[in-house]
Amino acid sequence: MAELNAHIPEGELTEKWTKLRSSMPLVNPANKRSIEVIVVGSGLAGASAAATLAEMGYKVKCFCFQDSPRRAHSIAAQGGINAAKNYQNDGDSTYRLFYDTIKGGDYRAREANVHRLAEVSANIIDQCVAQGVPLAREYGGLLDNRSFGGTQVQRTFYAAGQTGQQLLLGAYSALERQIGMGKVEMFTRHEMLEVVVVDGKARGIIARNLLTGELERHSGHAVLLCSGGYGNVFYLSTNAMGSNVTAAWKAHKKGAFFGNPCYTQIHPTCIPVSGDHQSKLTLMSESLRNDGRIWVPKKKDDTRKASEIPEDERDYYLERRYPAFGNLVPRDVASRAAKERCDAGYGVGKSKLAVYLDFKANTERYGRIEANVQNIHNPDKETCMRLGREVIKEKYGNLFDMYAQITGEDPYELPMRIYPAVHYTMGGLWVDYNLMTTVPGLYALGEANFSDHGANRLGASALMQGLADGYFVIPYTIGAYLSKELATKPIPQDHPAFVEAEANAKGIIDKFFAIKGTKTVDHFHKKLGKIMWDKCGMARNAKGLTEAIAEIQELRKEFWSDVRVPGEANEFNPELEKAGRVADFIELGELMCIDALNRNESCGGHFREEYQTEEGEAMRDDENYAYVAAWEFKEGVKFELHKEELKFENIKVAQRSYK
Amino acid sequence: MSTGNMNLTLKIWRQKNTKAKGGLVDYKLSEISPDMSFLEMFDVLNEQLISKGDEPVVFDHDCREGICGACSMYIDGRPHGPKDGITTCQLHMRSFKDGDTIVVEPWRAKAFPVIKDLTVDRSAFDRVIAAGGFISVNTGNAQDANNLPIPKVQADSAFEAAACIGCGACVATCKNASAMLFVSAKISQLAQLPQGQPERYRRVQSMVAQMDAEGFGNCTNTGACEAECPKGISLENIARMNRDFYSAKFVSEEDI
Amino acid sequence: MASFGNAFSSSIGKKLIMGITGLFLISFLLVHCFINALIYVNDGGLTFNMGAHFMGTNWLIRAMEIVLFAGLLAHIIQGFRLVFQNQAARPVKYAVTNGAANSKWYSRSMGLLGTLLLIFLIVHINKFWVMSRFTGIPTTDANGNHDLFAVMVETFKDPLLVVLYVLAMVSLAYHLLHGFSSAFQTLGWNHKKYTPIIKSLGIWYSIIISLLFASMPIAMYLGLIK
Repeated sequence: MAELNAHIPEGELTEKWTKLRSSMPLVNPANKRSIEVIVVGSGLAGASAAATLAEMGYKVKCFCFQDSPRRAHSIAAQGGINAAKNYQNDGDSTYRLFYDTIKGGDYRAREANVHRLAEVSANIIDQCVAQGVPLAREYGGLLDNRSFGGTQVQRTFYAAGQTGQQLLLGAYSALERQIGMGKVEMFTRHEMLEVVVVDGKARGIIARNLLTGELERHSGHAVLLCSGGYGNVFYLSTNAMGSNVTAAWKAHKKGAFFGNPCYTQIHPTCIPVSGDHQSKLTLMSESLRNDGRIWVPKKKDDTRKASEIPEDERDYYLERRYPAFGNLVPRDVASRAAKERCDAGYGVGKSKLAVYLDFKANTERYGRIEANVQNIHNPDKETCMRLGREVIKEKYGNLFDMYAQITGEDPYELPMRIYPAVHYTMGGLWVDYNLMTTVPGLYALGEANFSDHGANRLGASALMQGLADGYFVIPYTIGAYLSKELATKPIPQDHPAFVEAEANAKGIIDKFFAIKGTKTVDHFHKKLGKIMWDKCGMARNAKGLTEAIAEIQELRKEFWSDVRVPGEANEFNPELEKAGRVADFIELGELMCIDALNRNESCGGHFREEYQTEEGEAMRDDENYAYVAAWEFKEGVKFELHKEELKFENIKVAQRSYK
Repeated sequence: MSTGNMNLTLKIWRQKNTKAKGGLVDYKLSEISPDMSFLEMFDVLNEQLISKGDEPVVFDHDCREGICGACSMYIDGRPHGPKDGITTCQLHMRSFKDGDTIVVEPWRAKAFPVIKDLTVDRSAFDRVIAAGGFISVNTGNAQDANNLPIPKVQADSAFEAAACIGCGACVATCKNASAMLFVSAKISQLAQLPQGQPERYRRVQSMVAQMDAEGFGNCTNTGACEAECPKGISLENIARMNRDFYSAKFVSEEDI
Repeated sequence: MASFGNAFSSSIGKKLIMGITGLFLISFLLVHCFINALIYVNDGGLTFNMGAHFMGTNWLIRAMEIVLFAGLLAHIIQGFRLVFQNQAARPVKYAVTNGAANSKWYSRSMGLLGTLLLIFLIVHINKFWVMSRFTGIPTTDANGNHDLFAVMVETFKDPLLVVLYVLAMVSLAYHLLHGFSSAFQTLGWNHKKYTPIIKSLGIWYSIIISLLFASMPIAMYLGLIK
């Protein structure tokens, strides 16, 4: 059993990273040229890591399942990226970002990691601007900020509603630059199917060329998994259709512990489900909560149109329950509050599973300001609304268009209908301070690891973490490992470990085609998603989780005896790809339920109905559960729990309050 | 499983692989809901095909929210279908009528060979970016972000060019299969930012050279690309690229 | 050593050649149209013949004529090369295309319109230019200038030729409708303030020049100009 040592450097919290960085062993340039690093995934974490490592002189091989690294799902992040720049002079600081993140994560994140994240956050903005990322600016030419949930300062940098896209394209262009110079070898339309472990160290991967079906062996001195989160275990989520857990899960099966799998972020502002045909959910950026007010009718089962419900018959429940943060409470809190109202019968729309996000008040307010700017005195309401609409359009135009496209309703006229949806997974491969998993030489970056967000991630922190890991953390910490690997010759690809790993991957593929069942892969995926959403979703309880575990085990049997995979192995076959991913999701789903059942407390995105205050707020149990649950995979889809105690030395642990 | 009441005839391009000969194949679909997206309608078709023991239609898609640029269908003679300013994944069936016949083809260009069915190889775009679509700044070299004020108008204009999602609709719709809108968007984004100035003329030359090497056609200013671009990338970018190209070739003394 | 490299052979360079020669031809059309419009003085062609004489004898104009032919040739050759190259850029055609949804038909038909104009030009040059430069114009007018006017009057007695000329001018109108503003775009002159002006200027130019040219054979055929 690998030892669960987080390798947190000694010393003051604020000094840990600086000291470590300057004492980290280095690899000299000549040696770097002969060291190969494999990067799986090309999103913010993967692209930034691959580009930076190549800039430093390492030989890098980068893999993505998409047709281009530019399509990684980081691209869909809308709202922004946090950084403790204090450009707005509103009292922000590294400590405050650190504090907000720990508190937002409901005191379930590692202090040292989060502080490092806050420290490097400012460098990220500098780096991206230098790359030509067009972040929003004010008329004076300086960078603009907006506010996001869970904070009381404006520290979120953004590029309209396309921040993720712009940051990813920045990292992508840095990556393409290295590809052009021949320092990164890029493998698009390739999926990692196995990690190859030689003498206890990660030495390579088996990847399937998705176009030809060929299984390829790739060796390296270290393997970086930057393969994103596993929200698609719920079938319906805001993740891309291809987002999957396979790389992380195969690593898990090769000995990498899986940390806090049950911590799932349910995003409060998504477009509600419209029918059975739905294949994915679309997020409406959290930034909308800056300017929108969330409400439901005060009367149960109110069937009137939103516009016909007078002001005093509207329940602005977030403002009512959380006067200090109002509509800008963290995501977990906002989501649960929406669910509470809908479950109580106050939901709106056809399905009654939605609440209103209303821009009217702020549209008018913006209109009044704009009228002032344009020297229109005493403007009437109509003028205000017209001018305000222009302002709103500039801020959120693309989101409003997207909403109109999907729902067929005009959000400039009617309030948006929104409902929570699975969005992000805080859990992931357990990593130490250096981002190394429990398998030496195997690293996990970005959403694929569990490290920085505790039980709940704050808005605009995912982009920050992905880029922090890739640009500023791994390039330093990997040196500690690689400096000891200088004597390691290139790994021969006919080593028995490669042969065995490839045979394993081939075995699974052959098995799929041998089943010749009757049900499509999507059939099983939808079934799994329903179990997960109903019993391991926004609210969980012991009974439901116990049932879910049994149901998932049953589903796994059914899957392996009745799935139908059309076509052949040696061709471009997206159904085969899906089958492999769903097989892994089924195993993961079970672990998520086991973890949720084990954690007898409510914290962040994990809400156990048995553990709540009288007001319905999450009730933590710091005495018994202030630990990271790191699960080890055992033969026969069994899991063994290991604990990493969380020590809070610089922050006073308290019940989270946004009132 | 579908809940709607639309009946449709689809004519879909089926092609086993790059070398095989392809052709349009007819499919009938019923009970399609107008609230479905176009790709969800394809999901329904594929479920049916798999259940019948046929091979599903292969098409590129990923984020399904109009930003990754993966989806790429040429629908009834237009890239991304009949509506302006959206990608295929955002097209909903309410844009069609019950009883419609819909023809779906892959992007067609020498530089975008068909891989299978409706999937094409757009790696030429990556190679164009690799040739110069970047600012050469290594990690860790950056100065404070606010040391470089950029006028809002200029920053906004650069942002508009940067909104390109690399889907290739511009190439698909251009009668010449020209990639100039795509290439100029990146050149134009970086040309309008102070950070992009040091490599401005080197960049335009190397990117245009790579674009030409990939076998895209020449621009004849029909404006189809701008009209079909799901992100509204403007022809102004092509003009700016042309200007920069002339400056690079006729004014600059640097040889690429 | 630095060189111009692929300045003209690259895709943008090829456009540049089309744009520059196109603008040059546009300016030539303006002069040509002005001289021809002198027939509307309606003095039996005396003023017109004077203009033609000037054009035929001034050394600068004669020199420009060589440039003109070079430009025209470049425009034609480059145009055909582009048409073939652009067709090769899409070896497999679409089964269904809906070009009308995103562009003007004449923008997409510059090759066809240009070919029609080329056929017309061969007839036109054969009729007038060859005679005035080489084979000689048979008669002189009262001022002693070659009576090109008389040749025109004679030529446009043929209704078929009148129809050919009018059709050619329709082609010209559409060719210019795209070509005028397109040339500016190619040269990089796209500006939020000036482009709308250039576009409307292009529309007016295309219509007026083509109408004027087309009116001449009609007026002569109908005997309005004597």
